Amino acid sequence: MSPAYKLSELSPGHSAYIYAVDEINHGARLAELGFYPGASVKALFSGVFGEPKAYMVQNTVIALRRTESEKILVNELL
Amino acid sequence: MPDIIILAGNPNVGKSTIFNSLTGLRQHTGNWTGKTVGSTCGFMALHDNNIMIIDTPGTYSLIANSPDELAAAETICNEECNHIVYVCDASCLEKSLYLLLQIMEKRGGITVCLNLMDEAERKGISIDAQALSRELSLPVIPMSASSGKGLNELIAAISNEGFSEIKDPSSTPDIISIKKKASEIAEKVIIASKNNSIINLLDKLICSKIFGVPIMLLMLFALLWISISAANVPSQLLSRLFSLAGTLLRNCAFTLGVPETLTGIIIDGIYGTTAWVVSVMLPPMAIFFPLFTLLEDFGLLPRIAFNLDPIFKYCGSCGKQSLTMCMGLGCNAVGVTSCAIISSPGQKLISILTNSFMPCNGRFPTIILLAAILYPDGGDTLAPAAVMTVILLGALITLISTKLLSIIYCRNEKLSFTLELPPYRKPKIWDTLVRSFYDRTAKVLFRAIKASAPAGLIIWFLANLKFNDTNLISYICLFLDKPASIFGLNGTILFAFILGLPANEIVMPIILMCYTSGSSLMLLPAAEEVGRMLRNAGWNECTIICVIIFTLFHWPCSTTLMTIKKEYGKMRYVFLSALIPCLWGFLLCYIVNLIL
Repeated sequence: MSPAYKLSELSPGHSAYIYAVDEINHGARLAELGFYPGASVKALFSGVFGEPKAYMVQNTVIALRRTESEKILVNELL
Repeated sequence: MPDIIILAGNPNVGKSTIFNSLTGLRQHTGNWTGKTVGSTCGFMALHDNNIMIIDTPGTYSLIANSPDELAAAETICNEECNHIVYVCDASCLEKSLYLLLQIMEKRGGITVCLNLMDEAERKGISIDAQALSRELSLPVIPMSASSGKGLNELIAAISNEGFSEIKDPSSTPDIISIKKKASEIAEKVIIASKNNSIINLLDKLICSKIFGVPIMLLMLFALLWISISAANVPSQLLSRLFSLAGTLLRNCAFTLGVPETLTGIIIDGIYGTTAWVVSVMLPPMAIFFPLFTLLEDFGLLPRIAFNLDPIFKYCGSCGKQSLTMCMGLGCNAVGVTSCAIISSPGQKLISILTNSFMPCNGRFPTIILLAAILYPDGGDTLAPAAVMTVILLGALITLISTKLLSIIYCRNEKLSFTLELPPYRKPKIWDTLVRSFYDRTAKVLFRAIKASAPAGLIIWFLANLKFNDTNLISYICLFLDKPASIFGLNGTILFAFILGLPANEIVMPIILMCYTSGSSLMLLPAAEEVGRMLRNAGWNECTIICVIIFTLFHWPCSTTLMTIKKEYGKMRYVFLSALIPCLWGFLLCYIVNLIL
């Protein structure tokens, strides 16, 4: 298993499986949007200053700021 | 006791479309999440029964993140009803199943509508509805609500006797296991599936790092340019029509021996002002609103929020504020209502307080007229360019104010921000035009007429009641002259803005009526004529610029103030929302007056 890294580091066009989500203080918001352990996510494109980034998760396009995407750990899809 | 049906589902799945079809009401269904704000009720007559249908705001989960989602969750879990109609998006089944499975733990009597089948088909997605029905042990009706397919089956299903029992109210859902189950079921019933790696090419362009913002600015300019240019001919026509009608009425009154005073009151005062507002306001509005609504339906707005989020983040807010600003361009009261899409209370308050920095449609005519006087050789592109400049100035001040206000109101707020970018949808053009006309244009116009008629009346009286050979208007304007001149304005201007509280559109007519002493208001005078009149009254370039600035930054119209009062219930925020633009207005006018 490749080492886990932050979703914010996933380059556009690449997919990964979600390994863990750090949501201790924020309810289950990210999990509900589709960012939960075991789900697959694909980085699509990012905005002008590199933020926010658009991700494809559960057939939906969701944009996240870096503060959010840093909370999500992923492993590369092999 | 009528039967009660509750409509539930994710945002943007067509609940409101189904609601409209069943009840015959006309709720606006825009293509961005957060469109339906608060639950709506409607009635449907079926056989001899009156059925009440409750359309809840879209939510992704019973775990609420905003007041709206909380309201939806409460209604879904606790409201007594006969049937729950759960609406799924066939092209986003897994997400829809997540909420459905949560609801199934709490309620019974659920009928599932598998909606947007036509869109799913277009994307190459095929779903085995019967297999889904087996997996859920619930009836599943495939539908394409926008074209009416499946509606009859739905009506048949809800007309049966039923009762939705409330199960285990205290259970909390185990999110991950429900997610996994939703995923399993989806995998079993989806026959074909779209290629996930296709990113919409349009998004590559609109959200592109280099082209994104320029494209948005271009679109705004195009929107303004089309609305203003295309409105010219209809405005002239309407004006000529009203002018003819006015002369006709006047002649009739004369022949019938109606006293001059009464003729003056009704024709010069009430009719004149109202006719001005209609002929100047209606055509651009009738073009702007539908075009804007088309863009909304298409799905453009979330992309704007996406592109602008970094700027708003720096100012302590989020990209969704840009959407409320866009709505404010049409009408500030609508802009204030749209602030409901912002979940953080501090950011929401700031959006509401700064919304009037976006010039509403009613202020466009003033800006256009004054710009034409300032630059008589501007040509076709002057008017949209002037409005665009004013809008950008308003946006700049909004950002500065947001940054300052966020220090007070957003102290402990999270910086989190998530935004869904729904797929682009082909707007239904005719539907949108008709609906937009009723919803927005007609309503706003009606309000303008309601404001201009009495204002015209008041002006006429003040202009014609004289004490010591001077009319009341002159007294009032003289009184206001001293304080106003500090800011590059004059008494008449200030008086017009004060009287224009109910509707911004009447400010210019009031000024002109004051200068013509309430006598017959020329309909749609050319910019040169008005320019001459204003210069004779002592206006110069500085005055014109200050008036444009003050048009942008003064107290919101009464409808907006009332909307803010309704939102918060306290007068404190209403006062703030009037004070902040005034401070900016007086400050900027003072500076301009000093420089020029």
